[in-house]
Amino acid sequence: MNVEELHEIAAAAVEEREKFDYEINVCMGTGCLSQHSDKVKAAIEKEAEGSGKKCHVRRTGCMGLCAAGPLVLMEPSEKRYGHVHEADAKDVVASLGGEPVARLDPHLGGYFDGQTHVVLENSGHIDPEKIDEYIARGGYEALLKALTDMSPASVIEQIAKAGLRGRGGGGYPTGLKWDTVAKVKGTQKYVICNGDEGDPGAFMDRSVLESDPQRVIEGMAIAAYAIGATKGFIYVRAEYPLAVQRLTVALREARRRGFLGNGICETTFNFDIDIRLGAGAFVCGEETALIASIEGKRGTPRPRPPYPAVSGLWGDPTLINNVETFANVAPIIRHGGEWFAAMGTARSKGTKVFALTGKIQRTGLVEVPMGMTLRQIIFGIGGGVPDGRKFKAVQTGGPSGGCLPEEHLDLSISYDALISAGSMMGSGGMIVMDDTSCMVSVARFFMEFCMTESCGKCVPCRAGTVQMFELLTKITKGGATHRDLDRLTELCEVVGATSLCGLGQTAPNPVLSTLRYFKHEYLAHIEEKRCPAGVCDLSGATVDAARGEVHA
Amino acid sequence: MPLYAERPPLPSEDKRWRIVNGTMRKHGYSRNALIETLHTVQSSFGFLDEPSIRFVAKSLRVPLSQAYGVVTFYHFFSLKPPGKHTCTICTGTACYIKGSEKLVAQAEKLLHIHPGMTTPDGEVSLTTARCVGACGRAPVVLLDGELSGQIEAAELTQQLERWTMQ
Repeated sequence: MNVEELHEIAAAAVEEREKFDYEINVCMGTGCLSQHSDKVKAAIEKEAEGSGKKCHVRRTGCMGLCAAGPLVLMEPSEKRYGHVHEADAKDVVASLGGEPVARLDPHLGGYFDGQTHVVLENSGHIDPEKIDEYIARGGYEALLKALTDMSPASVIEQIAKAGLRGRGGGGYPTGLKWDTVAKVKGTQKYVICNGDEGDPGAFMDRSVLESDPQRVIEGMAIAAYAIGATKGFIYVRAEYPLAVQRLTVALREARRRGFLGNGICETTFNFDIDIRLGAGAFVCGEETALIASIEGKRGTPRPRPPYPAVSGLWGDPTLINNVETFANVAPIIRHGGEWFAAMGTARSKGTKVFALTGKIQRTGLVEVPMGMTLRQIIFGIGGGVPDGRKFKAVQTGGPSGGCLPEEHLDLSISYDALISAGSMMGSGGMIVMDDTSCMVSVARFFMEFCMTESCGKCVPCRAGTVQMFELLTKITKGGATHRDLDRLTELCEVVGATSLCGLGQTAPNPVLSTLRYFKHEYLAHIEEKRCPAGVCDLSGATVDAARGEVHA
Repeated sequence: MPLYAERPPLPSEDKRWRIVNGTMRKHGYSRNALIETLHTVQSSFGFLDEPSIRFVAKSLRVPLSQAYGVVTFYHFFSLKPPGKHTCTICTGTACYIKGSEKLVAQAEKLLHIHPGMTTPDGEVSLTTARCVGACGRAPVVLLDGELSGQIEAAELTQQLERWTMQ
């Protein structure tokens, strides 16, 4: 494979498309598939055949707006339809070249205004199992450019110049990480893609793997070239069967086209990727635990240093990045680091994909430049809280993050701004809550999560999360006193400071952030035996005012 | 003596063991194929029992303690056979905010079992999941592996009753 051949493939794919006057893209991501978009596609195909119009019906990945699924995108008119069912196939096909079907208008509002698609640029536009469609949209140009025109050092330089930071949550500078692994001496190095998207409420990695798997493979291959690795692993959750299936096909296609294997693109560069399935352990998102899991062991973390960059998989230097991080690599190499660095804020560059869910009008995936405010995302793109309810908080960062109240809605999103507000970026889950959510219960929910997901290796996390959970349960049942609240605060500090890995260190965050912004709710439970949101059942609690004691 | 002589014979004539063996062969009977192999056993047989864990451990030359440790560490592996039907309720954050707790309570009341259990007649298994990544459609339930989004308590009741009435 050389540049000319790549262009030939792209030209052939474009020519194939030009045979048709129209294209109908049907979303077949997990969300829309659950509403039988496969049947919708079959119905539209059948209808299109009979209509005599030159029309290509394509299966695509996620189009973002899950709330209005199953989604259909018409081209070249770029008209979107929502809630399309089998019975609508006739009208959809009939509308080609004519007036759009009004009843299928998905009421986008401002959903796509203000979004900038870098990671999701191909999602919803290509068939994820057809590598040629990816190539037709500029795919693998970056890998060829890196292999033929750039030295490994200059690849790393571009990534560093771009200011890309780890999208898995930690926000570690990607260029620096690559540079460290590249400089470590070793005959065998590994590249690992962390697709163990354990944060409940985040699904951007699943969506990228389902919609545009080649992008992740290309990013990994470029990384392998830059650091001198020959072997890669993609660690995916077993809960994502569709992503695994599409990835398997994508790897086979990439090998067939010669982007994986030996002597890639007529150079001496060899690289191949294997899939490893997770088995349902949140802690495996931590890099050392993930490595243990790939080695076939229990996924327990180990102390760092040594960092995986020095001693990772089987003791060899290993680079671990998140799915979304790798998905950003190809565009950076294609357009240059400066192009990427022009987006975002001073210290958080580029775009970020968020999963907008919970009590919000338009749920789905959004990709926005860093620096956009929470208000713009939640009320502008997401359309605000439905059913006339009042916005209460937005939870970011999963079980490691926190809940931000209304007064922080004008916070512009960046790694550092979120941390200083008491939450974190995490992998990009954004769960909106209205006034029917009790913040103590939410904190308890996350603590239960951390308690059951604690691997049990270190005591502060194993025992501390249980105690914190018990205390939170006591509060929600109305049996807690001020002493319990003090003890909870104290435990938060101890567990955060002394746990071995990120899971334990950040487990207190949901409690700390709700205590910081919603302390009055804790106090209402404790002093008045009342749940302001009306969620908790405190009927069993009584206040012994004379003795200042509470019985539950 | 050739290495394969140490490998145990297949536990039975069941053809599914050949699939399991195939996974191990693909990974060159390497120890780090333990989780991959256990996945194959579970997808072929539906669960992991003692003979299958012993067989895999011996084939891969992994201590039985390590194999058992791995099986019990990961939530995805089950030591009990699943019921004829499975109902998995997602309890991720988005589903929680949209009321998945009520769905769990409803299912518990109907089936008289807690999550992680199977009805005594072996008809329905009830489990919870830590986010299946379909948060845009919350609350989400997997019925026999098929995803249903924005599900109401009444809909869930209907489906479960259909299974239990049979």
